[in-house]
Amino acid sequence: MENSIQSVPQNWYLLLSTFMFCIGVMGVLLRRNAIIILMCIELMLNAVNLLLVSYSSYAGNAEGQVFVFFIMVVAAAEVAVGLALLVSIYRNVASTDIDILNRMKW
Amino acid sequence: MNTLIYTACLGLFGLLAEIFNLRKYLIPILVLGLAVIFSLNLQTWNNPQTHFNGMLSDSNFSTAFSGLALFIMLIILILSGDFYTSTDDEKHISDYMAILMFTLCGALMMFSFSNMAMLFLGIETLSISLYVMAGSRRFELKSNEAGFKYFLMGSFASAFLLFGIALVFGVTGTFSIDGIGNYMRMHADKLDPLFIVGMLLMIFAMLFKVSAAPFHFWAPDVYEGAPSLITALMSTLVKIAAFAAFYRLLSSCFVFALGKAEIILTISCAATLLVGNLVALVQDNFKRLLAYSGISHAGYMMLAIISIQGSTDSALFLYSVGYAVASLAAFAIAITVFKSTGTESISGFNGLAKKNPLLAASLTMAMLSLAGIPPFAGFFGKYFIFSEAFRNGCQNMVFVAIISSIIGVFYYMKVIVAMYSKPANEFEIKPTFAYQMVIAVCLIISIVLGLYPGVFTKLL
Repeated sequence: MENSIQSVPQNWYLLLSTFMFCIGVMGVLLRRNAIIILMCIELMLNAVNLLLVSYSSYAGNAEGQVFVFFIMVVAAAEVAVGLALLVSIYRNVASTDIDILNRMKW
Repeated sequence: MNTLIYTACLGLFGLLAEIFNLRKYLIPILVLGLAVIFSLNLQTWNNPQTHFNGMLSDSNFSTAFSGLALFIMLIILILSGDFYTSTDDEKHISDYMAILMFTLCGALMMFSFSNMAMLFLGIETLSISLYVMAGSRRFELKSNEAGFKYFLMGSFASAFLLFGIALVFGVTGTFSIDGIGNYMRMHADKLDPLFIVGMLLMIFAMLFKVSAAPFHFWAPDVYEGAPSLITALMSTLVKIAAFAAFYRLLSSCFVFALGKAEIILTISCAATLLVGNLVALVQDNFKRLLAYSGISHAGYMMLAIISIQGSTDSALFLYSVGYAVASLAAFAIAITVFKSTGTESISGFNGLAKKNPLLAASLTMAMLSLAGIPPFAGFFGKYFIFSEAFRNGCQNMVFVAIISSIIGVFYYMKVIVAMYSKPANEFEIKPTFAYQMVIAVCLIISIVLGLYPGVFTKLL
């Protein structure tokens, strides 16, 4: 298992997860559909997971992989709350476009 | 640590109260429980310990802030009895109370973390509970909007925090703040660029959480849309928890590399002070006004962060106490007024002095304390933060802060003027007994701390 992770140079993991993280950030900033934004936030968190797993495998230190479990649990809780909020918005306005959420400004 | 475990037990009890049909007695029991936990918390004073293999560590810093957090939550619980009165609210009261207890758990973790995992879990426990509470008025679009905006901004910032933690882990090979601090001491002259990127990402995420400019845009919207009691919670407990965690993170991990981030923190501090105070001048909604006032207070607390080399934790704590009691008093009065007049705009306060002079005088005192006018605690909090910052060589920032606090006096005066010189509206405004008690206690603490600030200055 260790070997298959380490068959790829470490910097490539860093590049890949930075790239995934940036895709997530751009998605959150540019997309207007709330569900896509939720997916992009998940993508950001998974980029972090990938980075942690690769670092922890290279350093021979399991702490990073335990941290990944924390992140996965919290991400699941977060999405549950986010989708619940989205459902209650959808019930009120019948849309998942976040441009509706502009009742309050300045 | 015991504080945290007992608070979590209270949260579980809140969930079970639904099953055992204890809804009516829930709030008194929780208030009693929190009072007991408050006194247990004092036992950790001068008794530093680490728990769970270095995950959490008690120190005087964490004990003092935990005490403050428990006090704030106690006040919020007392206020919630007369706040959640509709039938829909009464049906869900045990859920609300349980979530509030878990919010407190998150805050307690943020005060005593000594591992990045606990920092992350604390922030998330606090935030996820608050996303729910901010959106808890399910049928009001404004509350939905507040909850969802808070959720998007909060989880976005958390992702940045995590990426920062991952990079720092990659360089140092540890999540423990002592380990990172040791790494920093040994490599202070040539730090890995990845480490600096990680540190900056974590600092950005924390600036998001404390609602410092330019990451403050979520705060006014969320504060306005959320139920008033939750706004009170967010502007006191959450802000103080975020600042304490920020302070602990910087002082234990990054204090030797702050030279790299100093310019960012300084610019953010100046921008927070000016944006908060200037935009507050044109606000018409009282909750939004307090939100911008909260942003400007974040700016003053940032002064304690940028002069962190001089160990400004006592000043930060004194400021937090002064700010918390004044805000809680202001929110208790505001909730009473909102309930009677049905409007959240400042015009609802018109002529309050004629109808209820005592209430108007109390709000004046709270506003003066927030504005930093003696003899209230707000003045001495500001004074100590300014003098600490001055001593540590941030003279320019102190100058900006003084200018902006002079601007700040104007919008606090706007409310006072509305109460004393505008014609009265027809609504009768009378706070319930619990609210009277809360207002009185908060203002007495504010005045006592203003007269004897020495109690807290050398505390930590």
